[in-house]
Parts: sequence; structure tokens; C-alpha cells
Amino acid sequence: MTEIALEQPATVGDPSKILRRGARLDSLFRGATRVTAMLVFLAVLSILIMLVIGASPALEKFGFGFLFSTAWNPVTEDFGALVAIFGTLVTSAIALLIAVPVSFGIAIFITQLAPEWLKRPIGTAIELLAAIPSIIYGMWGLFVLAPLFADHAQPWITEHLGEWPVIGALFQGPPMGIGMFTAGLILAIMIIPFIAAVMRDVFEVVPPVLKESAYGLGATTWEVVWNIVLPYTRVGVVGGIMLGLGRALGETMAVTFVIGNAQQISPSLFMPGSTISSALANEFNEAVGEMYTSSLVALGLILFIITFIVLALARLLLMRLSEREGTHS
Amino acid sequence: MSEISSSTDSSYSRQTGDEQAGQDNARQIRIDAGKTVPTTQNEPAEAKISVRNLNFYYGKFQALKDINLDIPEKRVTAFIGPSGCGKSTLLRVFNRIYELYPGQRAEGEVTLDGRNILSKEQHVNQVRAKVGMVFQKPTPFPMSVYDNIAFGVKMYEKLSRYSMDDRVEWALKKAALWDEVKDKLRQTGTELSGGQQQRLCIARGIAVKPEVLLLDEPASALDPISTLKIEELISELKEDYTIAVVTHNMQQAARVSDYTAFLYLGEIVEFGDTSDIFTKPTKKQTEDYITGRYG
Repeated sequence: MTEIALEQPATVGDPSKILRRGARLDSLFRGATRVTAMLVFLAVLSILIMLVIGASPALEKFGFGFLFSTAWNPVTEDFGALVAIFGTLVTSAIALLIAVPVSFGIAIFITQLAPEWLKRPIGTAIELLAAIPSIIYGMWGLFVLAPLFADHAQPWITEHLGEWPVIGALFQGPPMGIGMFTAGLILAIMIIPFIAAVMRDVFEVVPPVLKESAYGLGATTWEVVWNIVLPYTRVGVVGGIMLGLGRALGETMAVTFVIGNAQQISPSLFMPGSTISSALANEFNEAVGEMYTSSLVALGLILFIITFIVLALARLLLMRLSEREGTHS
Repeated sequence: MSEISSSTDSSYSRQTGDEQAGQDNARQIRIDAGKTVPTTQNEPAEAKISVRNLNFYYGKFQALKDINLDIPEKRVTAFIGPSGCGKSTLLRVFNRIYELYPGQRAEGEVTLDGRNILSKEQHVNQVRAKVGMVFQKPTPFPMSVYDNIAFGVKMYEKLSRYSMDDRVEWALKKAALWDEVKDKLRQTGTELSGGQQQRLCIARGIAVKPEVLLLDEPASALDPISTLKIEELISELKEDYTIAVVTHNMQQAARVSDYTAFLYLGEIVEFGDTSDIFTKPTKKQTEDYITGRYG
């Protein structure tokens, strides 16, 4: 504001007037930004209220049992959320298990190893991957990935890992192509660009001289990455992973295409299941009766809470990390 | 790397290195013709690092031109010159750290104990095990003080917990830091003061028991008292190590070094006893620089 006052020639008028006008505009500006910030609270609050009100009939009828019941019977109006919660958590876990190491590899390659001319194309490809709408992932998953998986990967995995004790149970069942594992795989591909992009950005800010110090001691690339780059950037890395997890938990269309939408809990990852969001997408159209609709809204509320808990845990983890690092970071 | 780590006793590799040095000294005399020998009043010392016809390029830009010099063993050699003269670049050749960046390349010969460290056959990690480096800005690793020291040691030696404790204490004492940090070994290295961080970096360099220490403006980011400590440390360390130090600070070069090389535009203008360079330089350029007329 002072700049404006300075630029005005002295003849234009009383400078204190101009200053006052500036102050008025400034307070207006501050008020406006405050309002936009408050809109966030308003949106969160109104969604939460809507979910709670919509879910209350179901929650009143089933109580806490809703969380632990595997029932889903529209005819008898008996509903439970366990199948959907299970599917959501399992597919997201699979997605993270695959996406985190792959993203790590991508980010390390781009920032530490790739020749200059290759960095850009890879970076652009990642951004493109992130820009593809999820319904296209779903179609691709259903028409391309699932058949390929059913014909080639699945029989092999069942044959070789299916016999193993304990983990063998994870890989049983007919090779249908669709199921929890395929859903997790699609989710992994969808969240890789997000996690990789965040990792790349934070890896890039590691001071070169810090890496040089480690290389100067005779460290290998792996030792530098594992002992220097990763600890230096762990707050950002955890943040990136959480961003991916948040997206995986809520992803709807792609998962709905490939998960099989079965109301069952099976130990085998090759069997169909459903997630909270896929159940919502599939069933809202056909939901008749208050209890059916209310149970679906209750599912939504649970997804909201799960996401909130994940975010809170991430924050807690980050606080712990930065505490351990003392004043820095 | 693999060769060194395969021998559990690190002194083994060093001993064989020394033997080679003995053999190579004979050869050194043969190739002495044409090198830049510091005309010396100091006690004569063997050359630890010999540079022959070294040219260095950043892409197309030539940063070092036909450098020839010998860095004497267990002495402090200072490199002075205006910014961009190539003194840091020269230092970065001695442990091949420039290799991290595509487009940077060195031509010529740099021998450490008679072995050409620039040759393709020479494993880079072996070079870096023998040639430690400390940078202008303190660069503690994001880990505890103890782990900062142990990090490098673990790469070359498998020590028991007990001997590792000893090694960490030894290195910190050598770097005159032990008394200040002995109660904070588990704290993060980044929590120390700037001067302490820099001594931690020196301790880290010493801990792997190198033979040469490269110091790239080690005190330029520090306050006067920390600078003094670093300078005292350099004087003590030359008992055991060959030290090459780049500095912008003329007084510092005069205080800590035995030999001084003045570089200008990628060439060595003058190289000799520090006392000679600062009291009776033979080249006009050197005189102009040390009296502050340009640079």
C-alpha cells in the first residue's frame, strides 16, 4: 500500500487520505481471505452433519454391531459394514505395498541416476498418468488387465504360491481376473504418480553437498539414498505416501469395475469383494427403503472417519519424526 | 569397495598401499623431470599426490589448464586464488567427486602413492576411502552425532560395538570435539553449532582413517573462534595426514599452510613455500593478488 502512496505525485491530494483508503482496502482484503478460509470449515461441517443425520436410522437400529456385521441383505433389511471396510482396507494395503517401492524407484531414478535427457519424458509420463480419469483406469482394468491377469499371472501364482503354508490361502480360487488383488493393482497404478511426484520433489531438495559428503566418504548410490536422502526427506516421503493412501481409500470408479462387487469376506485375494465406495456407487440407484439408504450413508460416514483417522495418524507420525529430529525439519 | 570391505582388518589394505608407495617412490624420481617442485626451506617431504598435465572441463569450458604439481606428504598445502580460478575444481579431482555430474571430466594423470587415481581401473570408492573431503558448509548427515561418525566407518570395516565406540571417541578427540559432545552423542548432528558441525564433519572424515584430507574453504562459513579452532586442528592433523586446503582467506593460508599454490584462470601461477609466496613472490600476478590489488 505504501508503494501506491509513494507513486502518487504530491499534488493529487492529501497523502493521509490515500493511506486511509489503502488501509480500508487492506482490511477488506483480509476479511475476504478470512471468509474463503472459513468456507473450508463450513464444507467439512455440512458434509459431516449430512452424513450423521443420514446414517442415524441405520446406526440406531444396528448400533456398534454395524461395524462388525457381515450381513448385507436388502430383503430382510439387515445390514453390516464389515465386508466393505475389509475390502477398503485390504485393497488399499495391496495398493500401498506395490506403489510405495515402485514410486521410490521412480523418484530415485529420476533424481539421482537418470541422464538429463530422460528426466523430462519420465516426469511428463508420470504427470499424464496422474491426469487420466479414474473411469478410464476402470475400463482398462476390466478389459485389458483383468483378462491378462486371469490368463497368465493368476494360474502361475496359484500354482507356485498356493501350496505355501499361510500365504497360500491368499492366492486360491478360480482365475477370474477380477477381485481384490486386481483392484489393489489398479489402485497402485493410480496412486503411483502421486507418491512418485511428491517423492521426486522432496528428493530434489536434498542439498547436493550433503550427498557429495556421503559419496566423498566412499558411499555407494544405495547407501547415499538409504542413509542420507531418505532420512533427510522422510517427512515429505510419509506425506506423499499418505496422499496416495487417502486417494486409494476413497477411489470409486476404477475399483467398482474390477473388484467383482461381492458381499463376502474371503481370505483369498483372488476372490471378488467390495469396498465402501464401490458399494455406494453400485447400490445407491437401487436402494429402496429408509434402512437401505441409511445403511449406505452410514458406510459413507465410516469412510469419512477412516480417512480422518489415517490423516490424523499421518500427522502424529510426522510430529514424532520432527520431534526426533529436534528443531530442524 | 568390495575389495576393502572383504578384508575385515582395514590396516591390511593400508599396509599394502604403503608398500606400493615405497616401490613407487623409486619411480617418482624418474618422472620428476618437468614437474613443479616447491622450492623449499621446509623439511623435505615425499610427494603424496602428484598431478601431471591435468586438464579439467565443465562441458566445453576448460576450468583447469595443464596443471603440474606435487602435494607433499604430511604437510599442509594451501590453494589460493580469486573466485572461479579452479582451486575448488582441483580439489574435487583428488577424490573424483566431480564424477557425480555428467559433463565434467578430467584428463591427465593424478597419482596417489604412485597409482593413477583417474584411471578407469582404479575403483572410485578405494580412492575416496583414502582421500577424505570436508566442504565449505558443514554437512552433518541427518542422524545422530555418533552415527555421523560410524556411517563412514561401517562401509569399510566391521567393528564390534565396543571398537566402534572407541573409534568414534578417537575421531571426535582428534577433531577436538569430544569434550563438547560426549554427552550428546545420541543427539542429531544438525543440532550442534556451526563450528561444532564442521568439526564433526572433519571427525567423520578422519574416522575412516584416510591418508589425505581435502578441505574446501573449511572455515569460511564460521565465526572467528570456530575458525581459530579449525586452524589449530589443521596444524595438529598434519602430523598424520596430508592436507590440501582451499581458502579465500590469505591470512589463513599464511597461518596454516607449509606450501601455497596460487591459481589464476585455471593455471598454477606460482607454487612454493608459503613463507616465500607471501614474502617474496616471484610473479607479479601473485604479488598483486596477495596484496589485494585484484581478485
